[in-house]
Amino acid sequence: MLTSDTVSRSDIEDFLYHEAALLDRWQLDDWLLLLTEDAEYEVPSTDAPFAKNGEALFLIADDITRIRARVKRLQDPEAHAESPRSRTRRMISNVRLTKRVENRLHVAANFSVYRFRYGYEVRHFVGHYHYELLLGNGVFKIQKRRAILDNTELGPQGAVSFIL
Amino acid sequence: MTSETYIIDDPDNLMFKLNRRALADPGVLENERTKIFDKSWIYCGHASEIPDPGDFETRTVCGRPVIFCRGEDGEVRVFLNSCTHRGAQVCRERSGNAKRFYCFYHGWTFGCDGSLKAVPAEDSYPPSFDKTNFALKLVPRAESYRDFWFISFNSEIISLEEYLAGAKEYIDLVVEQSPSGCMEVIEGTQEYDIRANWKLLVENSFDDYHLVSTHKTWLDYMKDSGVEIRPPKGQGLLLPTHGIGKNLGNGCAVIDNINFRGRPVAKWISIYGEDAKEEIDAIRAELVDRLGEARAARVADTNRNLVIFPNLVINDGSSVTIRAFWPEASDRMKVTAWALGPKEESKSARARRLDSFLTFYGPGGFATPDDVEALESVQQGLKSWQEVQWSEMTRGIDKEGEQLNTDELHLRTFWRQWNKLMTVGNA
Repeated sequence: MLTSDTVSRSDIEDFLYHEAALLDRWQLDDWLLLLTEDAEYEVPSTDAPFAKNGEALFLIADDITRIRARVKRLQDPEAHAESPRSRTRRMISNVRLTKRVENRLHVAANFSVYRFRYGYEVRHFVGHYHYELLLGNGVFKIQKRRAILDNTELGPQGAVSFIL
Repeated sequence: MTSETYIIDDPDNLMFKLNRRALADPGVLENERTKIFDKSWIYCGHASEIPDPGDFETRTVCGRPVIFCRGEDGEVRVFLNSCTHRGAQVCRERSGNAKRFYCFYHGWTFGCDGSLKAVPAEDSYPPSFDKTNFALKLVPRAESYRDFWFISFNSEIISLEEYLAGAKEYIDLVVEQSPSGCMEVIEGTQEYDIRANWKLLVENSFDDYHLVSTHKTWLDYMKDSGVEIRPPKGQGLLLPTHGIGKNLGNGCAVIDNINFRGRPVAKWISIYGEDAKEEIDAIRAELVDRLGEARAARVADTNRNLVIFPNLVINDGSSVTIRAFWPEASDRMKVTAWALGPKEESKSARARRLDSFLTFYGPGGFATPDDVEALESVQQGLKSWQEVQWSEMTRGIDKEGEQLNTDELHLRTFWRQWNKLMTVGNA
């Protein structure tokens, strides 16, 4: 069984690729199952990428309750910003296990997310993720998931109306 | 009626129509730049962004790069960010603290008061060359009201206070949330584009008529969190509480609503959690103590969406946001949104304020993305402006006296001022 002592980068990559595939396919209920009961999802503002939640204005700073509310909203056809839904395609790379404390794994990964909607030009979100994964019974769960944009402003990317 | 007519404003015949050309014709924007933006007071920044001598923020206002800074003498100044030698920007950082502004192109150096301090190899200039003639150029006018700094490229414009007119009291209501009267811009800026005409965001920012249909998912979220969102029966309201629209003068207008959506200062709702009750009670008690019951109720129990003509919105609702926006093209704008809070606020109250902000506002909020979608959808629809020529804006026009927040008096107020400025000097 996979443990924090035996875990390899490719195990983590497999997990992140699986997550990306669920999000690109809008299987949001399945995505929720990857999260712990106290998970957090954050996207800091572009001019304060390393700020602490609670002290600075973010673009997204969800606890698990609001993550679930976000998913519920996104599944409602009256979430107009994503109705019709965007097509997204996530490229995840440069995956690194940066710290390992017992069963908690700190993982960094780069992302390049393309968002297409209507006939508009592609909206390209570039940055890196910081994850804190918990490994238990051979299964990864996401406890913290922070998407840090390199875009100096959201600008033409517009809204972060999908799960980045 | 010619195609040059932007609005049909005929209250006697209960008619108010907007020519969609004002929103869709690319030719209109050039006139707006000279007749609206260069003639009005335009928001530049908040004093709290540059608290100490040498602090600066660079930004683009009315298409000009400016430096909003505090000199060694403590005075706030706004300079055009262009070297008086050959034009390069003398400051290319977004913000910081500087003793000098240095133009890297040829090495001219300016003080924080704008004065030209040093010129490399100055002896090659003719004897008539005088450094005092080459200070950084100040914007023609810069004035502030309660730490909100505005600039104008119209040197003849009336004073800022006169211009703000009835909007001043609404700014007061924001500032009075701080026991010391010091509000501060919080770290973290939301900057995003909308593929729509900038005036559509003016309309949207204080249009409560759209709330129920555009923001159904946000209202559901409020309901799921235990907030009452049903309108009371028999009062003709779309929303749970009563609200009004008001003309504040000079194109400024507001919607002023009894709160149902919670306020960090100081109206508890279930989303804040039971733990927050005690602190919100204490914040409210301080307000009552300082301002008296009636004024405290006004600060704490009402929320306001304020438009300061032409492009500044202060939304004092689920949180306080300053939002300024700029046309990039007739069908595209850049939006900058800041969060504002009392300087002395506790860590827990600050966190609550920021959390409350994100439930509604911003590009990742539960409401703003749907506003963006609505505006972008309007802009697409407006491509037929030559065939479907007029938009209808008559809600409440036949009412004597008070108008609802879901009426359109406030929208008409903006458009009347816009039309006045755009058509001034026309035969």
